[in-house]
Amino acid sequence: MSDLKLQVNGKWVELDVPQSRYLAEVLRYDLGLTGTKIGCNESECGICSVLVNGTPVNSCIYPAFKAQGAAIITIEGLEQDGRLHPLQQAFLDHGAVQCGFCTPGLIMTAKALLDEKAAAKQPVTEHDIKVALKDTYCRCTGYQSVINAILQASGQDVKPYIPKTKAPCQTIGHALPNPDSLAKITGRAMYTDDFVFPGMLYARTKRAGVPHARIRHIETAEAAALPGVRAVLTHADVPGRQNHGLVTVDWPVLCSDKVRYAGDAVAVVAADSEEIAAAALELIKVDYETLPVVDDPIQAGQPDAPIVHEERPDGNLLKHIKVRKGDMAAGFAAADVVVERTYRTPMTEQMFLEPECSIGVPRGYDPTAFGGTIDPAAQRGVQYRHDKTTIYCGTQIPYLDREQTAAALNVPPEQVRIVAALMGGGFGGKEDIAAQIHVALLAERTGRPVKMLYTRAESLLFHPKRHATIIRIKTGAKRDGRLTAVEAELYGDGGAYASLSEKVMTRATTHASGPYDVPHVKVDCYAMYTNNTPCGAFRGFGVTQSCFAVESNMDLVARELGLDPIAFRRINALDVGGTTCTGQVMRESVGLQECIAGVEADMRAHHTALGEAFRWSWSEGRKHYAWGIGIGYKNTGLGGGAPDKASAIVETGVTDGQVWAEVRTSSAEMGQGLPAVLAACAAEELGLPYGQVRVLLGDTDHCPDGGPTTASRQTYVSGNAARHAARTLRARLQQVVADHFGQPVEQWSFADGQFSANGTRAGLVEAIEWAQASGQPTWEEYEYWAPKTQPLGTGGDMHVAFGFGAQAALVEVDDDTGAIKVLKIVGAHDVGRAINPLTLEGQIEGGIIMCLGNALTEHFINEQGQAWTDVMARYKMPSIKHTPEIISRIIEHQTADGPYGAKGIGELSSIPTTPAIVNAIANAVGVRFCSVPVDQDALLLAWKAGETECLCGWGYEH
Amino acid sequence: MAYWNDYYTPHTIEEAVEILGRYEGRACMIGGGTDLLLEIQQGHRPRMDALVDPTRIEGLDQIVEEDGWLVIGAGVTHTRIVNDPRMRQHGTCLVESCGVIGGPQVRNVATLAGNIAHALPAGDGTIGTLALGGEVQVAQASGLAWQPMEEIFIGPGQSTVDPKRMLIARIRFRPTGEHEGSAFRRVMRPQGIALPMIGMAARVRLAGEQITEVRIAIGPAAKVPLLAVKTMQALVGQTPSDKTFAAAAETALAEVQLRTSRHRASAAYREEMIRTQLPLTLAKAVERAHTGQAEPEGVGA
Repeated sequence: MSDLKLQVNGKWVELDVPQSRYLAEVLRYDLGLTGTKIGCNESECGICSVLVNGTPVNSCIYPAFKAQGAAIITIEGLEQDGRLHPLQQAFLDHGAVQCGFCTPGLIMTAKALLDEKAAAKQPVTEHDIKVALKDTYCRCTGYQSVINAILQASGQDVKPYIPKTKAPCQTIGHALPNPDSLAKITGRAMYTDDFVFPGMLYARTKRAGVPHARIRHIETAEAAALPGVRAVLTHADVPGRQNHGLVTVDWPVLCSDKVRYAGDAVAVVAADSEEIAAAALELIKVDYETLPVVDDPIQAGQPDAPIVHEERPDGNLLKHIKVRKGDMAAGFAAADVVVERTYRTPMTEQMFLEPECSIGVPRGYDPTAFGGTIDPAAQRGVQYRHDKTTIYCGTQIPYLDREQTAAALNVPPEQVRIVAALMGGGFGGKEDIAAQIHVALLAERTGRPVKMLYTRAESLLFHPKRHATIIRIKTGAKRDGRLTAVEAELYGDGGAYASLSEKVMTRATTHASGPYDVPHVKVDCYAMYTNNTPCGAFRGFGVTQSCFAVESNMDLVARELGLDPIAFRRINALDVGGTTCTGQVMRESVGLQECIAGVEADMRAHHTALGEAFRWSWSEGRKHYAWGIGIGYKNTGLGGGAPDKASAIVETGVTDGQVWAEVRTSSAEMGQGLPAVLAACAAEELGLPYGQVRVLLGDTDHCPDGGPTTASRQTYVSGNAARHAARTLRARLQQVVADHFGQPVEQWSFADGQFSANGTRAGLVEAIEWAQASGQPTWEEYEYWAPKTQPLGTGGDMHVAFGFGAQAALVEVDDDTGAIKVLKIVGAHDVGRAINPLTLEGQIEGGIIMCLGNALTEHFINEQGQAWTDVMARYKMPSIKHTPEIISRIIEHQTADGPYGAKGIGELSSIPTTPAIVNAIANAVGVRFCSVPVDQDALLLAWKAGETECLCGWGYEH
Repeated sequence: MAYWNDYYTPHTIEEAVEILGRYEGRACMIGGGTDLLLEIQQGHRPRMDALVDPTRIEGLDQIVEEDGWLVIGAGVTHTRIVNDPRMRQHGTCLVESCGVIGGPQVRNVATLAGNIAHALPAGDGTIGTLALGGEVQVAQASGLAWQPMEEIFIGPGQSTVDPKRMLIARIRFRPTGEHEGSAFRRVMRPQGIALPMIGMAARVRLAGEQITEVRIAIGPAAKVPLLAVKTMQALVGQTPSDKTFAAAAETALAEVQLRTSRHRASAAYREEMIRTQLPLTLAKAVERAHTGQAEPEGVGA
């Protein structure tokens, strides 16, 4: 241990710490300044940025003793006398805070830029921002709001970018910051790794490292004997159900007889420190008999393929999914043009910036037994008693975590409690169990709190990703532009465990004829087990993949027909009265034609502003430019006959003469803006100012079940639950008021936060106080059930609603290098109703940029079942420098059952961008990529060789 | 996880060398550490008992002009090089190459000495320095000695400067003067590869309409950062033109050894890049030699 002297946020501190510490560790773990986040530990994501003598550095990889004597500024040092720094205020105003995990890094990096420019008396430009923040990643926002916020903070008059929407109600329809944003911009927000419990142990997982092997023997004695190790657990220590799983319970908590992918968990260790736990892993010896590996979904279906789950009846077939509509022979016979192609999409990674972290706290835990006095959970403003096994974690499905953990522990679900901490992004990747069960087992075994924080490398290795697919699609159309038939065959790589493969690939299948009215459709999809990383939910849920294939084929058909790509789509686009490929007749809320028209108008406006006529493609010097279009749709809600419900509690009270309300549901916030939606719904119904509504999410002891946060469903189902709960509560308060005055309740009405009848008035304050005085509850729980849906294959309504979107991309391709730049995206999305245009626009822009990554940069590469993509540096998501200008239109074709007409937007915007970009590249240089991400190497070589199609995106074996 | 035990920030070169000696191979020099620490962390290098950080050695934290050389100390970061007006005017290709490494947070910490010591065939700053005719001052127990930079490279990631015994204390080059110019270009892919597909730099001196001196560095084009000697020789005495540069690219193609590196670049693509990018690099260097204007391009891209 040595003396480290630092001036942190203006105060000198002296620490006696090992010289091996990194600066981020000193700040977070020694000084408790947890506003500085660690996203990758490899100097890649930039979110750990702090200022050392005014200069931003990645504190995760900066030796603390390198900073000896230096002045350090962290996010906690920005607020002055309770006043926000202009950057913090601007991030709030512009909605540049979503999950909030990267926010401190973005703000600190931006502060250095602002300081530097102010010192040089120079204005800050967008280019400056793109240079300064080039390697400070954000996975939620899409960066446009970040750029605008920084410009505003630099003193320029830049307003938040908010598209035009319907006239707002009292609260609904107003652009409002998320209620949790303030905590996120100041560094006070608590994510799981920010909690430190007295007596806490640190855990690590022994992972297989081999993709397919039989376990002969697991030897843990040496690890258990290492001083400081408190527990080493294997499958034999799981008292209850041995497997977990969201749909199929096939994923071992700890492997016993075989491992099926390299990330499989074989043992877990809890120790006094993370170092000891890591050292113990090295001492665990597993004797494997390696087995042949199957790493490709088509190969997985061959008779001689190695079998991943021997106990299953259909070999490696996880699910065969079928869509049948009409008569294929007739459909193709009627076609004048038939285009058939095979497309490939890669496995991709959610890359939420917060790696998975879970803390298990044992039943009966008493912090004072470990010399502790402070319950860190109290920092959330809630007092916790640990009278049951409690798990703090970031999760998209708290109640299913509870159920699965309880099953493994062999206790009733009520004896487990999940407390959702703030989540640094999820995007579908935090639906499956990560370490929740492991920390519960370790906590109960050791009698101490146990934290398991995955490294980025472990996170990449372990969690389910987006399915790689191979999609053959055959599209037939008549000379007049009418589609006659679509036939498709999809193979999806489900990886080693089922996760949500069945659901994801069902969505890929049912969306495989696109948002078009096609009379004859036949789709077969084969979700296959392999020894790759399991695949499951990732924003877009299968539709990202099929949309790329559908929309690429649409451009090819349009070319064959000699039709304009937009005109061709408008001829076929679904509208009210149309029928989807599953036989669902659209009765309402189909704004697709308007979306396409809006995008076309904005494409044309681009050229009009330049004083020229619209053109699809052109060249200037050694650069080639073109537009491309893609349209898409995405279901809202689970659909397919699944019970789709969410519960919420709305409680009201009066504190210091002011009414407050709180919405509670287990539904998850991962940066998409759910608290803002819930608060707005309650505020609207109760006539309360938005700022007087709090939201508590994800605590299974305090919040009723909102169901999974998936399928773009929470605005619809939890929003409805909150709305109905608030409305029911209001009705009760109205009864209380009527009773108070002895008048029939029918004579009373409610407006502007007041009850009134015949000139008599009563406010909410009185109503709540009278209710309390008369012993009536001032809270209401409402369980909202979405309209019933039909299973696939039975016709009727498979989904309660669909979001529709159209996007066009303007790209530039460099003649010399093949390098691709996306200059502009124009998008129009039918969201039903914009509940909060600020957070909605964040979802739209973030989805577009994420899908831009899908088109151009992202591929999680597996080779023979081993991840080549083993560090973040090998997986580039779009950075701020990739952010094009985004023009966004919001279309509002309300849906009858949605809250105020709203339907889902979480996934929609991240679906059509890929084909829009790839179609644009084809239009620019005449080379069509049938696989993504587009590889400039292959593009350039194909182009120079005069080839017109490539099935060889980056990262595939050529 | 402790990847080292002791962290030294010596104040003199002698002290740094002495610490290395004391640890007998269990200590290692660290520049900014942005590559080294990751390699240790990811198991590509053994963990160390001690790291020796030269950035606080007196005199090594600056760029100075000395006897007609521009001398860059081992503690000088990429950001310092990029912002230094002397470097921008007289070592433009080095500024351009240092300006594209990582993001600002990395450039604020990473040093040029560290980049050269890493000895990657396509290290950006290395390519820039090599084209400028850089020399490195190696410090070890026996003392200090200057040597031409190209002499230290042995293979990918390997140089004669053993970081467990020695350090690169300074780097120097002759600043470009009148009728001289330099330029750097590189091609990156946007996917998950932090290394360039290819990078190249050139330094040119003109007399009238003739090239009288030229240095060209390309990487990765061999097992070490390549000085394209034959291309350099062929260009001397030539008049700059599109044709000259195109011919230079063909000469370069005859002396480079291009490989297909998995997920990074195909040999065919690299060949094409030498064809398109080397003429552009040379043209830019010549333009700067003509005009005397040397505003670096692409910094922070």
